[in-house]
Amino acid sequence: MNMKALTLPASIMDTISRLTMRFNIFANVKWGRLSVISVPTLWLAVFFFIPFVVVFKISLAESAIAIPPYSSLFEWDAEEAFLAIKVSLANYVYLFEDTLYIEAYWSSIKIAAVSTFITLIVAFPIAYLIARSDPQKRTLLLALVVLPFWTSFLLRVYAWIGFLKKNGVINDVLMGLGIIDQPITMIQTDFAVYIGIVYTYLPFMILPLYTALEKMDITLLEAAEDLGAKPYQSFFLVTLPLAVPGIIAGCLLVFIPAVGEFVIPALLGASDTLMIGRVLWDEFFLNRDWPMASAVATVMLIILVLPIMLITNRTETKEGAK
Amino acid sequence: MKRRSVFLNTSSLIGFLFLYLPMISLVIFSFNESKLVTVWGGWSLKWYVALFENEQIMQAAWLSLKIAFITSTLAVVLGTMAGYVLSRMGRFRGKMILSGWIAAPLVMPEVITGLSLLLLFVAMESMIGWPAGRGMGTIIIAHTTFCLAYVAVIVQSRLAMLDETLEEAAMDLGAKPSSLFFLVTLPLISPAIISGWLLSFTLSLDDLVIASFVSGPGNSTLPMVIFSKVRMGVTPEINALATLMIAVVTVGVIAAMYQMRRQSKLSAQFK
Repeated sequence: MNMKALTLPASIMDTISRLTMRFNIFANVKWGRLSVISVPTLWLAVFFFIPFVVVFKISLAESAIAIPPYSSLFEWDAEEAFLAIKVSLANYVYLFEDTLYIEAYWSSIKIAAVSTFITLIVAFPIAYLIARSDPQKRTLLLALVVLPFWTSFLLRVYAWIGFLKKNGVINDVLMGLGIIDQPITMIQTDFAVYIGIVYTYLPFMILPLYTALEKMDITLLEAAEDLGAKPYQSFFLVTLPLAVPGIIAGCLLVFIPAVGEFVIPALLGASDTLMIGRVLWDEFFLNRDWPMASAVATVMLIILVLPIMLITNRTETKEGAK
Repeated sequence: MKRRSVFLNTSSLIGFLFLYLPMISLVIFSFNESKLVTVWGGWSLKWYVALFENEQIMQAAWLSLKIAFITSTLAVVLGTMAGYVLSRMGRFRGKMILSGWIAAPLVMPEVITGLSLLLLFVAMESMIGWPAGRGMGTIIIAHTTFCLAYVAVIVQSRLAMLDETLEEAAMDLGAKPSSLFFLVTLPLISPAIISGWLLSFTLSLDDLVIASFVSGPGNSTLPMVIFSKVRMGVTPEINALATLMIAVVTVGVIAAMYQMRRQSKLSAQFK
């Protein structure tokens, strides 16, 4: 009896201590840490990730004259107690049947790729010059590169309208100098779109290139020269390979947003300059076909995500190998 | 060697001219008396007067400034948390996902972000009744989402540069995690937080596409008004507006450079 009286509280004590141990384990989880991690994660989950799921869902719906203007995927039939799921691939079928969309994707990728390449060519000497100049001049030059980025993107695109239009600055100067006697049509052409993209995305290319080139050991070039390499050889065999991480980063930062660009083709391009960002915009704002706009967005996302995943996987395996 | 530097200097000069000439012409023509933007009619400030008298532009500018202010403050809080989590909290489940979610908004085409957020807001409204209607609130949420990614990247790179020994010393001296952050880490990363705030402010003030998707009727932000005006052709008031913006940014960049130079001189003295 006594024994039992003793063991019972003891077992209770034991249980309680185990319980408190449990609580101690909880204490180790550190609520502070957990909440610091979860607040930004939850924000991005709700406002960045889930929206893509919603876009995908609505891309499977049908356009309807209603508010919101699409059919619902799930319909609850109360009489039959039956949940009908109506998934329609019609938008995707239409997307691949109508040549407009395919052409728009193709021409966006083409325009983005060509302008990314031009941006690279324009940016490389600037980045190289900055990386090789002395620290004081370097700060000034970097500020000159960064400054346009801080001013309004929309207004910088607008500046080119005044520059390129029929009685704009370029035509006036060329005609004043007597080089041409008829104004050249530059605004509302694909040429203007290329200019616009190169112009607005140039800082995004220069900065990663600069970071890569700045890290480069200058003695490598001296070694190459001592071993008899000509300047162009040491450029292609030493400088360029060392700049590859910067080139990849810069090209991604320019290419991906350029594919979906809307403002530049809308302001500088011709009415028949096909770019997918503009098609999506028109589908949404003019035709009010939300499901079709969602299908266009979903396919664009797939086209863009694949190269990113390939490249990040590659760099990660490289870093893992180090 | 000599020839190469000539090539470098010329091509860089062309590059910088390419960057700056359109902006310079924008500024010059904002002082043009003539309504025809490319015909010079003498110096005048009348477009600045017209700008400030334009009720529509002023209202939109005020709305955009309010949105930008709230957005950048929210984005700094959330982005600093995200950047700190990614660089100082070691491994945890979902770290890869979080870093992916931080990187993706930086390159995501704006039409996709805008459309997807709008569809989310519409779906949420019909399911839980929030957000009721669209307007300033939804624009702030949308802007905060992409601005916080920029802040996180800036804070993360600043933390990566920082010497961890200061934080370790504070921990050895018995600082709690919260006081460690607020008394040691936060002052050290404050430059990154300030530039993150300024960048968020600029990005929010400048965004046309995302705001067009998620704003409601009667909530036109400044870029939306500019876009609709510019589509009709060149308007000198917009030149005046652009000039004011360029002036503010130039002063800011010069101040930042001055500050950086002073700091590097200071640290040189201590060496």
